[in-house]
Amino acid sequence: MIELRNITKRFGNVLANDRVSLKVEPGTVHAIVGENGAGKSTAMRIAYGFYSADSGDILVDGVAQRIASPQDAISRHIGMVHQHFMLVETMTVAENIVLGAEPGSAAALDLKGAEAQVRRLSEELGLAVDPRAPISELSVGQQQRVELLKALYRQARLLILDEPTAVLTPQEVAELFAILRRMREQGKTIVIITHKLSEVLELSDNVTVMRDGKVVGQPLKTKETNAAELARLMVGRDVLLRVEKKAAQPGDTVLQVQDLKVTAADRTRRLDGVSFTVRAGEIVGVAGVEGNGQTELIEALAGLVPAARTSGSIRLAGDDISSLDARQRKERGIAHIPEDRHRRGLLLDFDLAENSILGVQRSRPMAVGPGGVWLDEAAIHQRAERIVHDFDVRPPNIALPARSLSGGNQQKLIIGRELDLHPRLLLVAQPTRGVDIGAIEFIHRQILALRDGGCAVLLVSAELEEVTALADRLLVLHQGKIVREVDPARTTTAEIGLLMTGGSPA
Amino acid sequence: MKLLRQLIYPLLAVAAAFLVGSIFILLIGDDPIETYSLLIGSALSWPDGIGYTLFYATPLIFTGLAVAVAFRCGLLNIGAEGQLIAAAFATAWAGITFAGLPAWILIPLCCLAAMGTGAVWAGVPGVLRARFGAHEVITTIMMNFIAVALASYFTQYHYKKEGDAILETVPIGESGHIARFGKFLPGFPERIPLNLAFVLALVACVLVWIFLWRTRWGYEIRATGANPAAAAYGGISTARQIVLAMAVSGGLAGMVGIGEVLGYRYRYYDGFSAGYGFTGIAVALLGRNHPVGVLLAALLFGAFLRGALFVDIFTEHVSKDLVLVLQGVIILFVASEALFRGRAARLARGKV
Repeated sequence: MIELRNITKRFGNVLANDRVSLKVEPGTVHAIVGENGAGKSTAMRIAYGFYSADSGDILVDGVAQRIASPQDAISRHIGMVHQHFMLVETMTVAENIVLGAEPGSAAALDLKGAEAQVRRLSEELGLAVDPRAPISELSVGQQQRVELLKALYRQARLLILDEPTAVLTPQEVAELFAILRRMREQGKTIVIITHKLSEVLELSDNVTVMRDGKVVGQPLKTKETNAAELARLMVGRDVLLRVEKKAAQPGDTVLQVQDLKVTAADRTRRLDGVSFTVRAGEIVGVAGVEGNGQTELIEALAGLVPAARTSGSIRLAGDDISSLDARQRKERGIAHIPEDRHRRGLLLDFDLAENSILGVQRSRPMAVGPGGVWLDEAAIHQRAERIVHDFDVRPPNIALPARSLSGGNQQKLIIGRELDLHPRLLLVAQPTRGVDIGAIEFIHRQILALRDGGCAVLLVSAELEEVTALADRLLVLHQGKIVREVDPARTTTAEIGLLMTGGSPA
Repeated sequence: MKLLRQLIYPLLAVAAAFLVGSIFILLIGDDPIETYSLLIGSALSWPDGIGYTLFYATPLIFTGLAVAVAFRCGLLNIGAEGQLIAAAFATAWAGITFAGLPAWILIPLCCLAAMGTGAVWAGVPGVLRARFGAHEVITTIMMNFIAVALASYFTQYHYKKEGDAILETVPIGESGHIARFGKFLPGFPERIPLNLAFVLALVACVLVWIFLWRTRWGYEIRATGANPAAAAYGGISTARQIVLAMAVSGGLAGMVGIGEVLGYRYRYYDGFSAGYGFTGIAVALLGRNHPVGVLLAALLFGAFLRGALFVDIFTEHVSKDLVLVLQGVIILFVASEALFRGRAARLARGKV
């Protein structure tokens, strides 16, 4: 269907694609895997005409083609669904789909006809999308289907999906995969860019692995490979995919939460009377479909929700801390790795040194003098160097802005900063979201080491595999309530999944 | 290298403005090279050119710093104008009311009145923003009107000399005067109003730099400006930082009153400010909200103000408004640089 031959692309002095060659067979699902920055997206954006290659050829159906713009790609029946959707929120589904290819004459838009056609396409694939619904009322999963429809409406035969599951809940992922399989049955060709190995193995027919801008090894048939081999190709060394941990040695109760309620700014109840404890030396996991109160739970414990919107008691080693602010809680030994590192965790335009003191800017030895007013450059640099070194942040240059780091290295910086506090309690949300496999392994080990050192850990993750692997006890959250506590070692993912959606296994 | 990269866009903007300005000069019917050499030559001549350039730059350094500090906290202080008017009046009031006191008390007292009034005048919008979310652009503009009207009212009805046709207060006590450069700089005529407030402005540049980059307060202000959610996560009370940043900003703007009242006119003169507060926004923008940049930008704009008079008088057609064109074009280019850089950054982010 499409073939890239020796595609090379440079951005400044970064070689993003180095003689990339790959062949996508018609009627197959072809996965392109690699870590962040491996060049997967670049290669596919070249195929879609978003960038032009410095050298190399693109062949469509065996014929060399010049694809200089997305319009060229569309006219050759190539469609792409981007990681960040390109939809106009205030317009309806049908309006979005026909945008740029409006049916009817210039003066009279044939929206009725468009709606009918969208409905037909949607039914063929079982997408269940209402053409008249405004985009703003759709869930993320539904918006993605609109993107799919947009490509199909333009008669795409080849669909490129860039990290399609990054924004989806487990249920939505399953539905998306079912849709993609149906599309394959209808003869479409699908290229999926991902860094999640389980998805590759589940969905694809063929795999291309990329690393550092190059294609690694030979093209693989999915049936003939396995996760360990793919991970090794991606990272360039053996990777421990399973989390190995000793049995927990729980000590005294560190965190005791009683009847915690959180109301959002729009007055809806987000957390509805949650009670649990976390003891020293154990990891308590929280599983749940996103938006069921996990974010509010962590933020309320960290002191980031205004007191007026919370009720209930939070005790840290016996002391009620519910009236303390974020800084006072941090000083009492609560570290917090936030779920959104760009929004909460980092000052992206500040350098690594300045980021390394966020939260301890008032503590010695960083702050000196009367009232801790002066910042001690030397002490700050020392701390930053220590974190960068101990947590393998790359590049290890503390004068760089945090923005210039990859997601995994940004996360390592945050984790290093928080663990350097030697906390009694660690609140950690989505520790490995958007993080490379190599870094995931490292982050998991750090969290486990902290537990074994006697810290209490509360872990929230949307990755079910992650929470079940790391947690010693697992709380399942549904609509702001803990529906059950389970032993992750003795519960299947299917059972937990059912609890997460409000069902109840026998 | 880093400094060079910081300087290149502002320098380009200035160069581009001169280029665009020369088109206007040609259209008006004068010779650009002649006009520009008049502009620059008159601004850099010794002692008058330099003296007046530095004198004109002084209030712009203060207002530029004021806007920069607020901006580092993510706030747009449009109200430096009102803050400096209120502050200048308060300076004169202190200088009149306590006229009998010796210099070593009166001068600090007047300075305190200037900075304190400026801080309060900006602090009010700061509190409104922090407590109620009222946007500081609106509230500071409104505070400008209040300052102008109040200062005129008090001058007219309470502090004017009987029978004076000009809207100005009676003079302050002589012990409140601060020295002009002519007093201690040999060969520098005392008629040039350049005074110690310029030295104070240089000191303010250094202090602002220390405040922003070497103190915990500055760190927390900058963190609030860079990412309020992350600042809150770091245990920073963003509401408090907003009030603090506005107060510091207003205090800096208020220091214009020191130079104006204690160093130049020795009284409050209604309408003394030639839009210093607003030009300060341009100065901060061109100076990238950094004290060093602010100083350089203020010197440039000070030179413009000085040179404008000579362009007005000695060219056939071009008026002093030429420098407004230059200022405007500089700001357009600096602003569109941000646009350009934003685009470049987006491209860079999307390239993975």
